[in-house]
Order: sequence, then structure tokens, then C-alpha cells
Amino acid sequence: MSEVINHNGKIVADQRPADDIAGQSPLHHADLNSLASQGPQTGGVTIQERPLQGLLNLRCNKADKKQVTAVKKLLGVALPCDPLSSASNDDSVIRWLSPDEWLVSVDGAKAFELEAAFQANMPGHYSLVNVSGGYTILEISGDHAVDVIKKSAPIDVHQSSFPNDKVVSTVFAKSGAIIRRIAEDHFELIIRRSFADYLWIWLQDASREYGLVVKR
Amino acid sequence: MLHIFCPHCAEYREEEEFHSKGQAHLARPLDPEACSDAEWGEYLYFRKNPRGIHHELWIHAAGCRKFFNMTRDTVTYEIKETYKIGEKPSVTAQS
Ligand SMILES: [Zn+2]
Repeated sequence: MSEVINHNGKIVADQRPADDIAGQSPLHHADLNSLASQGPQTGGVTIQERPLQGLLNLRCNKADKKQVTAVKKLLGVALPCDPLSSASNDDSVIRWLSPDEWLVSVDGAKAFELEAAFQANMPGHYSLVNVSGGYTILEISGDHAVDVIKKSAPIDVHQSSFPNDKVVSTVFAKSGAIIRRIAEDHFELIIRRSFADYLWIWLQDASREYGLVVKR
Repeated sequence: MLHIFCPHCAEYREEEEFHSKGQAHLARPLDPEACSDAEWGEYLYFRKNPRGIHHELWIHAAGCRKFFNMTRDTVTYEIKETYKIGEKPSVTAQS
């Protein structure tokens, strides 16, 4: 059952449905599992969805030492305060979105636990909102992953201006995406769930000339 | 296409990530009740349309979603500078 914690009047509710209800990604209808098992196994671009991750939007003050220290304790990673940077460990990734805003991703089953920990331990004026239901995550990798990004977004993807771990929010096709470079030929796209179907169709088209592999 | 330096992201991005929001440095009258209709109308509706140096408010709509100011030449379209809200322009029509 989904749980509600009331901590001194601050209420955190577990947004996942009850255990007997299976969560569905916004790309559920695309049946990526069948495409992964029956489709091509080699090609220039590989797309893998990371469905049902926990995404938490954090707004706080990077000049507040108590908050910065608390975030580091709660996440085990220091708040990345430089523009367009990210920091990660085995459990979570924290992305700079704007001077007072970060996007944290954790395992979907851990989001509620982390929200409750913030409510209990984070000092000062801040906001932590569970936005997991509004997005899905796609990873694009392979020799031609960079070419697919070039077709879709007006950003410079050369390693010299887009190194590993850099994060940009930008226009992607006729939608938007938060793009993080995981490795030279490996990108993460965080996209709005309402645009997921459109972007999935766009990405299939943009990848066609290189050969698209769907991975699960 | 304009190539615009976002002072929050600290790098140049393409124009399509931004929106212009009109004239910058509009100070809301501190006591609207004490304004004459002319003063209030001036604040609400009347905007400069200079030939040459102009200060504008822009938003990095697809990026960090923060507002900033820009000094731009309306004749050449040249962007002289961008700066954060609360900061003063270093290029003005007088200088
Ligand atoms: Zn920006």
C-alpha cells in the first residue's frame, strides 16, 4: 500500500501505486521488450529506456552551508554548484538545472524513502517535489549516438564543449530534453512523458540511417 | 540566428532556446495607489523603441528558465552584453 508520512505537519506521500498495481512507462505501448528481443542486434545507435526511475526536483540555496552539507549527507554526493554540471554515485545522479534547482534521480523504489529523509533532515527554506510521473529516461549510445543528438538539438556536442557529466536543458526536435553525457558515445535524455511517444518516433526516424538497436 | 550568452548557464546557446520579454529595467511604482493615471499608464503600457542601444529582458526558456537582461543594438542586431537581473549594464546609449 502507498504510505503517507506526516512529519511535524509536513506531509510526504508515496506516489507509487499499491504493490498489486504495475507501474507503466509512457512508452509502455511501444513494447520495447519485443523490439529488443526480435529487432536488429547490431547497429550504429542503441536506445535503452530506463523506465520508472525516481526523479526528484530539488530547489534550495547553494549559498546556505547548512543546506549544502545536509544534501551531501542525504545523497552521499555533493551538490553540483557549477552551471551545467552533475555529480553521481552508485545510487543517485544529481543534475544542475539552474542556479537554485537540481534534478535528482534514484531507483524508483527509493524515491519515497529519500523524500521522507529530506523532510526529516533538510534545514531551511527548500522544496523537494517528486516529478517521477512527469518524465521518462532514454539512453542513447553507439558510434552514431552523437549524430542523432546533432540532428535533434541546437547544442555543440563536441567533447571540448560537451564533456562527460555535463548536463544541458535544451530544445530537442520540437520538444525539449535534459541531456547528460555519460561517456563519449553515450547520452542520457530525460524527456516529458507527454512527449515520450513523439520523441520515440522521432528517434526511430533519426536513427534509421545508422541502424537502430533497442536494448532492454 | 542570434548566438546568446546566458549569464546563468555561462555559455552561448542558440536563439531558439530563448524568448524576448520586452524592455528591461521597468521599475514598478512603489505605491501604485499614489500614482496619477498618467504615471500608472506610462508604467503599464508605454515602452521605448529606440534606434540603437536598447536594454531588453530575455528568458532562457528551454534551458535554465531564468530571466536575464541584454544590451542590444536595434540597428545592427549586435548583442553588446548580457547580464543578470539586479546588475547594471556596462554599455549604455550615453557611453
Ligand atoms: Zn541559461
